[in-house]
Amino acid sequence: MATDLSFEKPLVELQDKIKELRKFTEEKGIDFTDEVIRLEAKAKNLAEQIYGNLTPWQRVQISRHPERPTTLDYIGHIFTDFVEMHGDRLYGDDLSIVGGIARLEGRPVTVIGHQKGKDTKENISRNFGMAHPEGYRKALRLMKQADKFNRPIITFINTQGAYPGKAAEERGQSEAIARNLLEMANLSVPVICVVMGEGGSGGALAISVGNYIYMLENSIYSVISPEGAAALLWKDSTLAMRAAESMKITAPDLLDLGIIDEMIPEPFGGAHRDVVKQSQSIKESLLRGLEELLPMSPEELKTQRYNKFKQIGTFKALS
Amino acid sequence: MLKDLFGKKRKFATVPTDSSRMQQVPVIEQKEVPEGLMHKCSHCGSIHYSKDLEKNLKVCKSCQHHFILSSTERVQSLLDNGWFIEEFDADLLSNNPLQFPGYEEKLEQDKEKTNLNEAVITGQGLLKGQPVILGVMDSRFRMGSMGSVVGEKITRAIERAKERKLPFILFSASGGARMQEGMISLMQMAKTSAALAQLSNERVLFISVMTNPTTGGVSASFASLGDINIAEPGALIGFAGRRIIEQTIRQELPKDFQTAEFLLKNGQLDMVVHRKEMRDKLAQLVAMHTVWEGA
Repeated sequence: MATDLSFEKPLVELQDKIKELRKFTEEKGIDFTDEVIRLEAKAKNLAEQIYGNLTPWQRVQISRHPERPTTLDYIGHIFTDFVEMHGDRLYGDDLSIVGGIARLEGRPVTVIGHQKGKDTKENISRNFGMAHPEGYRKALRLMKQADKFNRPIITFINTQGAYPGKAAEERGQSEAIARNLLEMANLSVPVICVVMGEGGSGGALAISVGNYIYMLENSIYSVISPEGAAALLWKDSTLAMRAAESMKITAPDLLDLGIIDEMIPEPFGGAHRDVVKQSQSIKESLLRGLEELLPMSPEELKTQRYNKFKQIGTFKALS
Repeated sequence: MLKDLFGKKRKFATVPTDSSRMQQVPVIEQKEVPEGLMHKCSHCGSIHYSKDLEKNLKVCKSCQHHFILSSTERVQSLLDNGWFIEEFDADLLSNNPLQFPGYEEKLEQDKEKTNLNEAVITGQGLLKGQPVILGVMDSRFRMGSMGSVVGEKITRAIERAKERKLPFILFSASGGARMQEGMISLMQMAKTSAALAQLSNERVLFISVMTNPTTGGVSASFASLGDINIAEPGALIGFAGRRIIEQTIRQELPKDFQTAEFLLKNGQLDMVVHRKEMRDKLAQLVAMHTVWEGA
């Protein structure tokens, strides 16, 4: 694997050793089978130890892994007949958000998601998955199209946040995000949102007002990046690890807090280790979710969505 | 010439300096306008009697700079008889849902400092005889940031406006989402916006007034969703902070970037309204949204 994370190092070293021994066995005819079996058991234990007890900061690292599957990866594995649509009809086509129509087990649905690049060149054209207003407005246009033709909407969330730039502000970044929040609340079709990487604040929320919010096990969803929180709270961005612990941004934490509806497990080591398997489990969750939502009337869907967000919050009355 | 002379004379008035006063009395009232006899405008340097400044709704008579108003002062400046007929949910208090270190202490400090329970007050009152639901945020309380209580109070106010079919007016003043409540605070953006969707479906008027500052998650939710969007002169309004943008794009931003006037120029606002004309303008707009029964 080209990019291993620092906490994975002992495991990677062990796996390398196993590979080496195997090669030896083959090439030199010396039998290391017993040793290989012993080390493989050890590697399995170690993997369980590492991946079974991931800290919030380690999950942050996995969620940002350069090989983490993107929206287009999942679209390719989960749906068929994807037809991509472009542009917001107002200003331009923002490549940091992709969207279009596809089939999910035959049923036409609208799919929208943040799109990060696979390499530097693509990342530049996709602005690292950080949208301008036209990105959110394209998403909104496609959602209204879905609403008109009675197609369920699936969104994939993976962004550091809405792009903080001059042009973005001039064209109304705030308004674009706000408008999506309002309009998504009004959609009369089922909406399922899957946070599958970084859920960065308002830029993530702008396509996440759904009937169900799912999160991959090693994804994060936060009001501000751990680095940003550390800089603001303790004037030191190197305390990001501490911020990640205290801010409750991981899937297990957000499931506990009642912010998300379901946590989708990841293969050992993260989604990038087995994108086919990961896609399969996302697909199963989507199908299960849709089965529950499809019988609901437009009014029931809106009410369910409203009540879902209405109940988020904690307060006490003055005694 | 004559004006200059007076200007100079004013400088010799013996006024206790702000700093010495602050040391004697640890009152942390409004920083921009301390409780003194005189007040020096932080914007143009001119000096005014504090009483005159209050009478002028805390707008500098020389340069028209709008100082920050507390939420109670704001209500006073807008509603008939200076207060709500019915205040809503004044007893709601914040919890510390994430057990965030130091959050409770900060809430206590701000409660003492501002005499408020949270960063927004809401209620029903009369605007030149017309019943309205009004919400006013207070930037002195945790920077006006939106946590559970702010989100809940605004949502309930919107729900009441919907039930009572009364125009909803909201004055924003906020740094954005409240970090100490993490994702719960981010979700208040969705919650308040969803409530506004219902209000809009009922065809009830919502006027959003953005005051200094309206940024981050508040700017990116209800504050931008008015049927009519208004701002006070010079107010800072924007999604991302100036410093972050400068670091990201590696260039200096124009001076008027993210001011009310900048937003107006870029098509993000309907109008910029001077504080002294706000009550009249709002009353006029509300009146034009009542059912027309004329000939």
